[in-house]
Amino acid sequence: MYFYVFKRLTLMIPTLLGAAALVFFLMRLIPGDICTLRLATGGGSINPGVVKACRLELGMDQPMLLQFWLFIKGLITFDFGRSMWTGRPIVEEVALRFQLSLQVAIMATLTAVLIAIPLGTISAVKQNSWIDYLVRAFSIAGVAMPSFWLGILIILAILIVSKALFGSPWMPPIKYVPIWVDPVYNLSMLIWPALATGYRYSAVATRMTRSAMLEVLREDYVRTARAKGLFRSLIVRRHALRNALLPVVTIIGIEFAFLMGGLVVTEQVFNLNGLGKLFVEAVSNQDYTMTQALVMLVVTIFAFTNLIVDVIYAWLDPRIRYRR
Amino acid sequence: MKPRCGRLALFASAALLAVAVATTGAAAETPKKGGILKFVVPDEPPSFDGHRETTFALIHPIAPFYSVLIRVDPQNPASTTDFVCDVCTEMPKPTDDGKTFSFKIRKGLKFHDGSDLTAKDVNASFQHIIFPPDGVQSPRKEQFQMVESVSAPDDETFVMKLKYPSGAFLPALASPFHFIYSKAVLDKDPHWFEQNVMGSGPFVFEAREAGAAVRGKRNPNYYHAGLPYLDGFEAIFAKTQSLRVQAIRGDQAAMEFRGLPPKSRDDLVAALGKDITVQESDWNCLLIVTPNSRKKPFDDKRVRKALTLALDRWGGSRDLSKIAVVKSVGGIVFPSHPLAATKEELAQLAGYSADVKAAREEAKRLLKEAGVSDLKFTLANRAVDQPYTIVGTWLIDQWKQVGIGVEQKVEPTAPFYATLENGAFDVALEFNCQSVVNPLGDTSKFLPNAGDQYGGFKDPELSKLYDAMNRTGDVAEQRRLMRAYEKRVIDEEVYNFITFWWYRIIPHRSYVKGWKISPSHYLNQDLSMVWLDK
Repeated sequence: MYFYVFKRLTLMIPTLLGAAALVFFLMRLIPGDICTLRLATGGGSINPGVVKACRLELGMDQPMLLQFWLFIKGLITFDFGRSMWTGRPIVEEVALRFQLSLQVAIMATLTAVLIAIPLGTISAVKQNSWIDYLVRAFSIAGVAMPSFWLGILIILAILIVSKALFGSPWMPPIKYVPIWVDPVYNLSMLIWPALATGYRYSAVATRMTRSAMLEVLREDYVRTARAKGLFRSLIVRRHALRNALLPVVTIIGIEFAFLMGGLVVTEQVFNLNGLGKLFVEAVSNQDYTMTQALVMLVVTIFAFTNLIVDVIYAWLDPRIRYRR
Repeated sequence: MKPRCGRLALFASAALLAVAVATTGAAAETPKKGGILKFVVPDEPPSFDGHRETTFALIHPIAPFYSVLIRVDPQNPASTTDFVCDVCTEMPKPTDDGKTFSFKIRKGLKFHDGSDLTAKDVNASFQHIIFPPDGVQSPRKEQFQMVESVSAPDDETFVMKLKYPSGAFLPALASPFHFIYSKAVLDKDPHWFEQNVMGSGPFVFEAREAGAAVRGKRNPNYYHAGLPYLDGFEAIFAKTQSLRVQAIRGDQAAMEFRGLPPKSRDDLVAALGKDITVQESDWNCLLIVTPNSRKKPFDDKRVRKALTLALDRWGGSRDLSKIAVVKSVGGIVFPSHPLAATKEELAQLAGYSADVKAAREEAKRLLKEAGVSDLKFTLANRAVDQPYTIVGTWLIDQWKQVGIGVEQKVEPTAPFYATLENGAFDVALEFNCQSVVNPLGDTSKFLPNAGDQYGGFKDPELSKLYDAMNRTGDVAEQRRLMRAYEKRVIDEEVYNFITFWWYRIIPHRSYVKGWKISPSHYLNQDLSMVWLDK
């Protein structure tokens, strides 16, 4: 197992380098530049001399290959440099956003797991009953409904209901406070996006759990367990569910990694100052250094999440052994 | 149809009532001290340096920390010609034939770190703006072309000497970006203020949360007696407009200072009734159509003239002002400024006639004469709905009336500006947005060699007119030259033409008092006179 993990970690290096080259050159294919953008969007006249000075300051006059080498050198030494837009260290810019994205991802994953596994299991066990139909309708609605749209509905519902109940509309907070500073404030902000994204996420996982369970419940060893006279609940919990969880774990892993950087629209809806929002801003501001750092961060998260999923596979299914 | 009209009428009456309350009520009430003002800002500023940045996103959260030399009168920010002192004691009378301005600086001023603020700091700040050292970006230094030198002969006197008297000087000086920085800090590191805040304004910098907010607390040593009223403020960055509106509705923020579209105003008034107050004003921003004069057939002024003749500006103003942040019909000068064209003067210009039918017939004739009766082109536009894509869509309809087929190509801001810079467009819809209403400076946008002139034409005559206008101190002569300049730009040669001036709508929680709307989202933002009636 240790050797497998070591091998996977080593294989991450070319993956990261490939991603680095891709993002570096693709970003530079987008027309426009950060200096014109910074100076033009104010609406006043643009002084070409100031644009030139700005480009010089940002090192945009340097040869492309030299810029690429500096980027790779920074990656190797874990020095992501400074944001070209704000001029501040990228680590400082990302830190607060990372906390928030991580918390939302964890909360949404918990929501999804708590909904998906029981519902998917019940739906499979009670196949073609009214409960099954209800669960399937619930999960299809979740897949069909974009989480940002659900987020808008949640905000509107809160505004309307709070006005009806208390006389004046209330809205969840729009500025993040870490959970250890003010847990109530923090949760009153993040519970809603966690529900909105967790619902969609749970819908996918519910369907996956149901289909995996249906398959496992038809396996010979389950039939044998039933023939032995074991309780149905015991068969489901101990024998069927554990094996059915393998594909579900994959889905959960991918979704978790996606939530870390991909909640672009939902973050806008709830004004979450997370990595997804930062990503969009970095790309639209043509902030090359920030975009590069974020892509590398998300690629690393995906790579590590996949590794963790593979390790969980082995724990869930003793038949799986990773050897040299 | 009836109930909808009724609802609109209700919104309109509520808004009018709210405006009336805002204007009459504020004078009668005694300000209360205390409270934290929370407001939303659509963007986060790139840096904290006012001398370097050009965006309102810097002004809203950062201006309250700084003093300036002079400013638009906070008691009457709607005025386009009233300037008052901030750190100086009184507005100076120019000497030396209008070429020397000597400002007396208040005594006993302190920066937030406790150090003294003197004329030396004011001098260092304007040196930094007008004569920046190598490697320092100063996007507004061109506005001070008339300045020969600045100096501080002693701690209480700051002197600006001009090469020639210019009506553009005082408005340029009153820019809200011209923060007074500490000389000692600038001498040590001219880039220090890009990442740090240390001013002498009504509020002291408390914290910045990356991408989330900027907080300030009251400056107990502020030199304007009794101010500020607030204990502090929190500027919360919120990119999405719908979220900003809901934040005001749900009282997570009291207001946003940039401006919201009419629909958002109506929604807030309907939802909050007397709890919302609306202030409205003409806005010192205008939407400009720029034909690419380097490209056929737009190198032919008959074609360019046909494009402006096809527009029904008066009808468009009536209809679009219901859905977009545009309203006033005007020429190249802010509509209520003394240098602006009157309605009668506008009527003499192409595309401003009340007889739209005749103008469109003339447009068709010109197109035929130029051999492009079946003209088709692409309109380059920004992928921003308020007001760009809305007005872009209206333009397509207007041009269709004279047989021109137009396709709109909307692009995100960075590629859009790359398109403009590369000259890779037929016709573009762009904008000019300024802070202090300064027609002599603002209209430099229309010069052939301006950094943001994308039309690609050459016209030495136009540059001469502009130069003469800037060098005369006589207002009547300025006005005459401005008319000639305007006529050449938007009527005779039609290098650019104006669609509409923007319209600023600020719905805010009624407990916010003491804030008065100005013609620009950059002005009157130090928050020193704002108080909360809670």
